[in-house]
Amino acid sequence: MATRQTMTAGRILVAPSVILLFAFMLAPLVRTLYFSTLHYNLLDGSVPQFLGFQNYVDFLSDPNFIDSLVNTLILVLSVLVISVGGGIFVALLMDQQVVGLNILRLMVIAPFFVMPTVSALVWKNLLMNPESGFFLWITRSLHLPAPIWFTNWPMLSVIFIVSWEWLPFASLILLTSLQSLDLEQQEAAVLDGAGAIPYFFYIVLPHMARAITVVILIETIFLLGVFAEILVTTNGGPGDATTNITFLVYKQALLDFDVGGASAGGIVAVVIANIAAIFLMRIVGKNLEA
Amino acid sequence: MGSIELQQVRKSFGSVNIIKGVDLQIKDGEFVVFVGPSGCGKSTLLRLIAGLEDVTGGKIVIDGKDATERGPAQRGLAMVFQSYALYPHMSVRNNIAFPLKMAKASKEVIDAKVARAAGTLNLTDYLDRRPGQLSGGQRQRVAIGRAIVREPSAFLFDEPLSNLDAALRVQMRLEIGELHKTLKTTMIYVTHDQVEAMTMADKIVVLDLGAIAQVGAPLDLYNRPDNLFVAKFIGSPTMNIVKGPSADKRGADCVGIRPEHTDISTTAGEWPGTVRIAEHLGSETFVYVDVDGIGPFTVRVDGEAPLHASDRVFLTPRESRLHRFNAAGARIAA
Ligand SMILES: Nc1ncnc2c1ncn2[C@@H]1O[C@H](COP(=O)(O)OP(=O)(O)O)[C@@H](O)[C@H]1O
Ligand SMILES: [Mg+2]
Repeated sequence: MATRQTMTAGRILVAPSVILLFAFMLAPLVRTLYFSTLHYNLLDGSVPQFLGFQNYVDFLSDPNFIDSLVNTLILVLSVLVISVGGGIFVALLMDQQVVGLNILRLMVIAPFFVMPTVSALVWKNLLMNPESGFFLWITRSLHLPAPIWFTNWPMLSVIFIVSWEWLPFASLILLTSLQSLDLEQQEAAVLDGAGAIPYFFYIVLPHMARAITVVILIETIFLLGVFAEILVTTNGGPGDATTNITFLVYKQALLDFDVGGASAGGIVAVVIANIAAIFLMRIVGKNLEA
Repeated sequence: MGSIELQQVRKSFGSVNIIKGVDLQIKDGEFVVFVGPSGCGKSTLLRLIAGLEDVTGGKIVIDGKDATERGPAQRGLAMVFQSYALYPHMSVRNNIAFPLKMAKASKEVIDAKVARAAGTLNLTDYLDRRPGQLSGGQRQRVAIGRAIVREPSAFLFDEPLSNLDAALRVQMRLEIGELHKTLKTTMIYVTHDQVEAMTMADKIVVLDLGAIAQVGAPLDLYNRPDNLFVAKFIGSPTMNIVKGPSADKRGADCVGIRPEHTDISTTAGEWPGTVRIAEHLGSETFVYVDVDGIGPFTVRVDGEAPLHASDRVFLTPRESRLHRFNAAGARIAA
């Protein structure tokens, strides 16, 4: 399918979307780049002034930056581990023949359809509420000390919420992969004497490698930008305990009204996301070939 | 060791009876072929023996011990699947080594056995490739290699050649035959192709709708089919079946005569008819005749026969080669 004609036709056909994409991506990006070189604060009313790289220097040398970078990494990695690990587990369970499977599947998928602000609110007000939450009821019933979730374990709480949102996505993709495993291959493995555990590690996991890669890539892109859940629950706090890069940029732009600094932060975030993407492609992207 | 005995084995899926009470004895070292039309339960019977399906009733005895309740891995049998069922992410080496790894064999043992199997199957140069990089015939050999290294008491093949092209099929057929001669291990081979069955088997089991129609050596089935089903299934082109006065005269409901056991003449004979088509293949000629009052009839003539469409001909069966069947389709002994 790669004659010169089809390639030319292909280029012409994708041109409109590429142009649109560039227009919508490039214009804001260029403008952000421009703002990031200015002293431009909405509070002091001064005329924007060209600063060169000073905003970048300030942003990168801000102690909050390193903290928020670490927070971002902790959040992304924890959610990846929980959602992929849990997703494999859920997929294995859903692959069994049980009664009410369709309803079960629907319930498993449901959280994915809840928008982030809403799910964060549900967790904050119904589950983790320090006076009336469901978790409080559980710990009380077990006569355990009751934590104030967002105060005592702020990062863990955010990780729980975000993992809960992404677990269905991972489960669904991994289940699809699991169901495409050839039945005769499974029988061959049984005949070859593979018990459940070797079967999982030698046959199932390698088969799912590609799907796991896709889940990791897609989730990482979205997890680098987690925002609503933090805004709704901890507001980046206590202190800076749950401030990730996205939230730091938000603080600068909309709490400190420092447009120049926030723009520099935004560009740094874009660079970090790209580094992560290249890194991931290198490590796991080879699974996508062949 | 690899004797297998089936006693009244039955299998139903839900309310549908697929295997209807099969009794069969397979001796150690025999090459047994299950043959029958598509859907007659060959694969199901093989899977019952392998332990991939539970029997609904009856007993499976392997090497004198009841294996009905044993799991597939505990029966000491190896199976080669129609789709090969290779592990796509493992190299050929690891595919072949997999059963040994699962049996926790030592690295030296694994290496030695894999090398030997690869040598036998001409796979030595491909050990580091993935299955996806092999041709159909090579994949088939890897699947066989994976079975060989386990040193099973019997091999089970489920239509192993049906995904190969005609030339390769003939070659693999010979290779599997040679393998059997070298290993002298019991083999059960499923096919719907009666040519494969005739050429490979020590013993053929013809299945019809989940029951055994006949068991016997290839030429026994050819020369003395027990019933109409086997008579029509074994042999190519199929046996001609004649009803009516010619059958009554011989004291049968119908008589069967193979195309190669019918004489054709342009002057005189028992059944007059008209040639529809004559296929001249050089070494032999197939003549399709419309016999008056009987219908289509096939005759095979050695060499070149000077016959053409719409010639009038007379057919005469060789009496000693005639098969007689009663109304129930069973053979009437001579
Ligand atoms: N798992 C199953 N569930 C229900 N019916 C089945 C199952 N496996 C096979 N059958 C039925 O059993 C019959 C015999 O199948 P099979 O043994 O595969 O035939 P074949 O002789 O072509 O190998 C078929 O009619 C098929 O539809
Ligand atoms: Mg079959």
